[in-house]
Amino acid sequence: MLKINNIKTYYGNIQALKDVTIEIKEGEIVALIGANGAGKTTTLMSICGITPPRSGEIIFDGDSIRGVAADKLVQKGIIQVPEGRRIFPDLTVQENLEMGAYLRKNKRLIQQDMNYVMTLFPILENRRNQLGGTLSGGEQQMLAISRALMARPRVLLLDEPSLGLAPLIIKQIFEIVRKINQENNTTIFLVEQNANQALKLADRGYVMENGRITLVDSADNLLANDDVRKAYLGI
Amino acid sequence: MDYFLELFFGGLTRGSIYALIALGYTMVYGIIQLINFAHGEIYMIGAFVALIVAGVCTIYGLSGVAILILAGAVAIVYAAAYGYTLEKIAYRPLRGSPRLSPLISAIGMSIFLQNYVLLVQTADYLPFPRLIPDFAFMEPVAHIIGSPELVILVTTVVTMILLTLLIKKTRVGKGMRATQQDMNMARLVGVNVDRVISMTFIIGSALAAIAGVLVASYIGQVNFYIGFLAGVKAFTAAVLGGIGSIPGAVLGGLVLGWAESFSAGYISSDYEDVFTFGLLVLILILRPSGILGKVTKQKV
Ligand SMILES: Nc1ncnc2c1ncn2[C@@H]1O[C@H](COP(=O)(O)OP(=O)(O)OP(=O)(O)O)[C@@H](O)[C@H]1O
Ligand SMILES: [Mg+2]
Repeated sequence: MLKINNIKTYYGNIQALKDVTIEIKEGEIVALIGANGAGKTTTLMSICGITPPRSGEIIFDGDSIRGVAADKLVQKGIIQVPEGRRIFPDLTVQENLEMGAYLRKNKRLIQQDMNYVMTLFPILENRRNQLGGTLSGGEQQMLAISRALMARPRVLLLDEPSLGLAPLIIKQIFEIVRKINQENNTTIFLVEQNANQALKLADRGYVMENGRITLVDSADNLLANDDVRKAYLGI
Repeated sequence: MDYFLELFFGGLTRGSIYALIALGYTMVYGIIQLINFAHGEIYMIGAFVALIVAGVCTIYGLSGVAILILAGAVAIVYAAAYGYTLEKIAYRPLRGSPRLSPLISAIGMSIFLQNYVLLVQTADYLPFPRLIPDFAFMEPVAHIIGSPELVILVTTVVTMILLTLLIKKTRVGKGMRATQQDMNMARLVGVNVDRVISMTFIIGSALAAIAGVLVASYIGQVNFYIGFLAGVKAFTAAVLGGIGSIPGAVLGGLVLGWAESFSAGYISSDYEDVFTFGLLVLILILRPSGILGKVTKQKV
């Protein structure tokens, strides 16, 4: 459903992505792992139109979407939970969720989805009128995922959702990601440094180094791969 | 006591005008971190358009208040169009370039607009008709607060209530707040940031036009240069209150208005501006981010 062909993305004169090619099929969970500075965030931002690639192709549902404005991509159902969560700090939890549904019109369905995310993360219900900036890291991550769900994603891009969280919360978040994928058939593209857990969750994985994809395989094969184990699993 | 109240309401009136103009500076700054130096000129253009409309209306023999409303409405539309166009041609192409570039462009637009009005109108002060009559019901308190002051106060209060509702309740307002807090994240939830920025200029310019019409009919004259001093004062108010903060702009405007009014009334009007800017320097030393400004957070 989402195909990225040979994209090259630059920051000024610095090339961050060098011929990145990734394919994600409908209903899959695909993981992207790599060290700091490999270009994982840039890949997601390139897909979402924040840092448009200078060349290459991005195809979504058969249509080219390279150069399409970021807000139009949200309309198409490409939704990102960015690195660092980026909750709107001076909006309440409720307002943050409403922002997730910014482009939607049907009030009843929005309310229904609001109730749905509150059942996924009951803590948000208690924090409804609290400012986003005052939530804990784990709560912010839950809010960030919920905000993304409010847009009814067709493909959900997650950038290091486990970053800085306690093991128990990480487990909970990964559980929910699996649930979102199974219950709503939402396609998931998961960027992680926590390679072990990401690959256990994913169907397939890509390994990125210095702006290039160096390895593609099923998640099980990657978990068993010696190079991957040495470099990313610390074994 | 009466003298104190007179100064109090005088300061409040001035301050509310500063606040109206300061809102335009602060809203634009909050979203694109640009000090729109041409904002004072939008105010001046609003006053000029109102003068022309008032002139035409007087010929048709409309009443003062009716003219004020009509002239104000036309001025708002014109100023909004100017503000929209200004952003589109002078700032938008420079987005993403070093911060100094749009700032220089803003100064250039300020000079351009002043000279444009100078050329198509005149360098002279033009008399602006007194549109606000002395209301009979204001008679008992006329020595403290006059009818024009009352109209200015009521107008600004109503305007600010409407602005607050717009920002808090409407979709556009929510998009503005999200964009101000994190522009790229706003894009990622589907906000058309270009449209939000245009709206910000339109709203700020409309507020400046309202201020322009009110002041012109209060002072009784306009000139191509009135935007400069009004702009500097309102910018001071915005910085005083904490640039980027909407309540800050209102508070900064009021503090500035009162400081001017009381220092002129109790000390000497010769030193009015000295007190104004002395106050600014003092507050910036004590609280560099302004009264309600946030201590700047480093964005990564
Ligand atoms: N705004 C920017 N300006 C200039 N260079 C940037 C910018 N953002 C990222 N880069 C560079 O692009 C490269 C890829 O960065 P990116 O953030 O995509 O890496 P990442 O894989 O997400 O790393 P991490 O795991 O630390 O989040 C890095 O070398 C980084 O320094
Ligand atoms: Mg990253």
